[in-house]
Amino acid sequence: MIRRTMNQGQPGAGMQRRDFLKASVAASGGLLIGFHFPGISALASAQQSPANTFMPNAFVRIGTDERVTVIVNHSEMGQGVYTSLPMLLAEELDADWSKVGFEPAPVDAKYNHPAFGMQMTGGSSSVWSGLEQFRQAGAATRAMLIAAAAQQWNVDAATCRTESGAVLSGSNRKLTYGHLAAAAAKLTPPEHVQLKDPKSFKLVGKPIKRLDTPEKLNGKAEFGIDVKLPGMMTAVLARPPIFGAKMKSFDDTRARSMPGVRKIIAIPAGVAVIADTFWQAKVARDALRVEWDEGGMQTFDTGKMMQDFRERAKSPGSSVRKDGDAAAALASAAKKIEAVYEVPYLSHLMMEPLNCTVDLRADSCEVWTGSQFQTVDRANAAKIAGLAPEKVQLHTTFLGGGFGRRANPQSDFVVEAVHVAKAAGVPVKVIWTREDDMAGGWYRPAFLHAIEGGVDASGNAVSWRSRLVGQSIMAGTPFAAMMMKGKEYDPASVEGVDDLPYAIPNVAVESHQPEINVPVQWWRSVGHSHTAFAVECFVDELAALAQKDPYQFRRALLQKQPRHLGVLDLAAQKAGWGKPLAKGMGRGIAVHFAFGSYAAQVAEVSVSEGRVRVHRMVCAIDCGEYVNPGIIEAQAEGGAIFGASAALFQELTFENGRLQQTNFHTFPVMRMNECPEIETHIVNNHEKAGGIGEPGVPCAAPAIANAVFAVTGKRIRRLPIRMTEAV
Amino acid sequence: MIGFSVNGKRVNLDVDPSTPLLWVIREQLGLTGTKYGCGMAQCGACTVHINGDAVRSCVAPVSRAEGKAVTTIEGLSPDLSNPLQRAWLEEDVPQCGYCQSGQLMSAAVLLRDKPKPSDEDIDEAMTGNICRCGTYPRIRKAIHRAAEMVAKGGAR
Repeated sequence: MIRRTMNQGQPGAGMQRRDFLKASVAASGGLLIGFHFPGISALASAQQSPANTFMPNAFVRIGTDERVTVIVNHSEMGQGVYTSLPMLLAEELDADWSKVGFEPAPVDAKYNHPAFGMQMTGGSSSVWSGLEQFRQAGAATRAMLIAAAAQQWNVDAATCRTESGAVLSGSNRKLTYGHLAAAAAKLTPPEHVQLKDPKSFKLVGKPIKRLDTPEKLNGKAEFGIDVKLPGMMTAVLARPPIFGAKMKSFDDTRARSMPGVRKIIAIPAGVAVIADTFWQAKVARDALRVEWDEGGMQTFDTGKMMQDFRERAKSPGSSVRKDGDAAAALASAAKKIEAVYEVPYLSHLMMEPLNCTVDLRADSCEVWTGSQFQTVDRANAAKIAGLAPEKVQLHTTFLGGGFGRRANPQSDFVVEAVHVAKAAGVPVKVIWTREDDMAGGWYRPAFLHAIEGGVDASGNAVSWRSRLVGQSIMAGTPFAAMMMKGKEYDPASVEGVDDLPYAIPNVAVESHQPEINVPVQWWRSVGHSHTAFAVECFVDELAALAQKDPYQFRRALLQKQPRHLGVLDLAAQKAGWGKPLAKGMGRGIAVHFAFGSYAAQVAEVSVSEGRVRVHRMVCAIDCGEYVNPGIIEAQAEGGAIFGASAALFQELTFENGRLQQTNFHTFPVMRMNECPEIETHIVNNHEKAGGIGEPGVPCAAPAIANAVFAVTGKRIRRLPIRMTEAV
Repeated sequence: MIGFSVNGKRVNLDVDPSTPLLWVIREQLGLTGTKYGCGMAQCGACTVHINGDAVRSCVAPVSRAEGKAVTTIEGLSPDLSNPLQRAWLEEDVPQCGYCQSGQLMSAAVLLRDKPKPSDEDIDEAMTGNICRCGTYPRIRKAIHRAAEMVAKGGAR
């Protein structure tokens, strides 16, 4: 989501600001430990307030009942952070894993992302940004428990060791962490702690089962949509049918008299029907007659937009990268080729539609939602509530998928719920129908890549020029200043092509950034979701132009990129690249670097009666140092399926300003019967940790498209794949 | 008044008979394990059993349950002892978890009808249940594993 850049992305950079640890006795008598950053006094004030037992700035709580609760500052949206981050802490603590649990962190500056400076989940960054944080917290806690035991036994702490939730000394002394918690809490935290040698890890690096699985199998896991408060009502909104449209008037004669309907009010986001139950609110919402001032988007048409994109691509854009002279090299190339790749707007389409529950009081506001953007959501909720942010408590529930949508720079789904709560006078939950969610905007932007390239007489690539046309995600957000500083283009638009890894002497990358009033946002793998498609398909086209094998052609151009080469070779080898396939089957390959990790995929497909079927996908992933290979495998598989869904099926189109897709039948997701066999191979090394939530997505589309070429000899230049459009 | 049983417990509700069973289960009965995903029987997140049949409760009016036995995810087994739940645990299936109640309820009917399901049987029974996180490969493995458990007599 948010790009990891060289200067801010160093894992643990924030930890250098840590100067000391503080611990305190929790009301339960257990030990609370956390990091205290200079200039932040929240911990001190919390200590004066014994009622506030879940103290901010704390990452672990040990109860006298031996429970070790790890407080996690990243949201669980399926990517496994409620397991991988506790594993890091438990590893250094030598906790008994069967006693370890998790708890979502409240919103507090001390839970800020160490690299991004706010509490948030995105950019495939949770594990690498939490590596130091959670390990340090575990190690410091362990040191204090040892000190407490040493005191009791009156022995030198150096003679003590820890094992599975207990401190031991000699052959007959043993005290469990629960027994030691209260005494340890009275001690001063150590200034420095020694972290374990990774060679001695017992948990980290193993496919430990996820902690959140049991409650996801019996209906107990609470998602935002499941929140229930006493006296709560449910609201459904009539939303503008066209982006930018404003409500002119509404007629609620019928809706008002329908059963269960309590209030119907206009808010900036539309007209809200507040009723006793969702169904009553929904039926009454559908009975509203709203007149809209349609604004300027009533003629918006995605077909015409792409025509405009094609025109724009004919002229130079803002320069993103310029190595050598791509135009001159192209002019003198022995063979050249140009291709235009197009990708559509896409919906995140989380299984759990957007929702938010708000209990607004005179001097407080509580919000329950599946947020990826706690700091931003709290601040925006506070603004609407007319309260200081500290008066707003945001409870992060499980997220029924996020994929970037629940990290909205304007907190759209939170802000409107606070507006509704203001009018309701009781706690209220706003639920978006699937159709509301799909039409609600904040899509992956549509993009066009016009690429020209050439090879010399020996088939060596000598020139590459990419021109990208598409909306900026960052422009107009609070992050624009930071992310686009001094640049005429949005780094999130060009990521994945600006760092083209292939050894081509003349490279030009240019960006056009049209302004269109369709709200766009980061969608799982952001810019990489389209740049990998264009780049990896075009490399394949260049290989064909050079009459070389697409795998070997890439290899030759990646000789100075060992980690690209590593995953490329691994995927090719495991897939049996070059070995014969059944008749009618073809293989395609792609490799891509994103979010600190390297991924390659080989897809095997067949094409029959115009329908592409993916039979097998072999994924190789190098995410450096890793925590839980089981979770990595799941993310690599899930990422491949997410990418394949988009490549095969998904497109949002607009006619007369109106979205043409409404639900899963018109915006399909890959289903069980369409799902290929997937295998994942993880590179084992000690490189700096990278991300895993997103890197599995980008290669799927180009690997499949290149496999289609291998079977049919036809190129796919537009997503979703339609054989009628292949060239 | 509409009367039916939910997870073995008799309920009588004063509710508009056209209300989808899903919302009655979630809001009136407070059983929120059954999920809303699409409202048009496209995604399967709302799957429950009515007299043993897998039903998309988002499009089934509550009147359809009249006099019948409804089972929700909460009734599959209270203690995760159902072989499917055990297999789901062993394969570490869920990611976000939102669709998994529906997946399990569809798989339960499949296993009852076909104790040794083939991959084709799994495709047929499970294709109505969408998982956006992409847990299908693990769901497939877990169903096979659950079938083995049942075959070995380790579970009912």
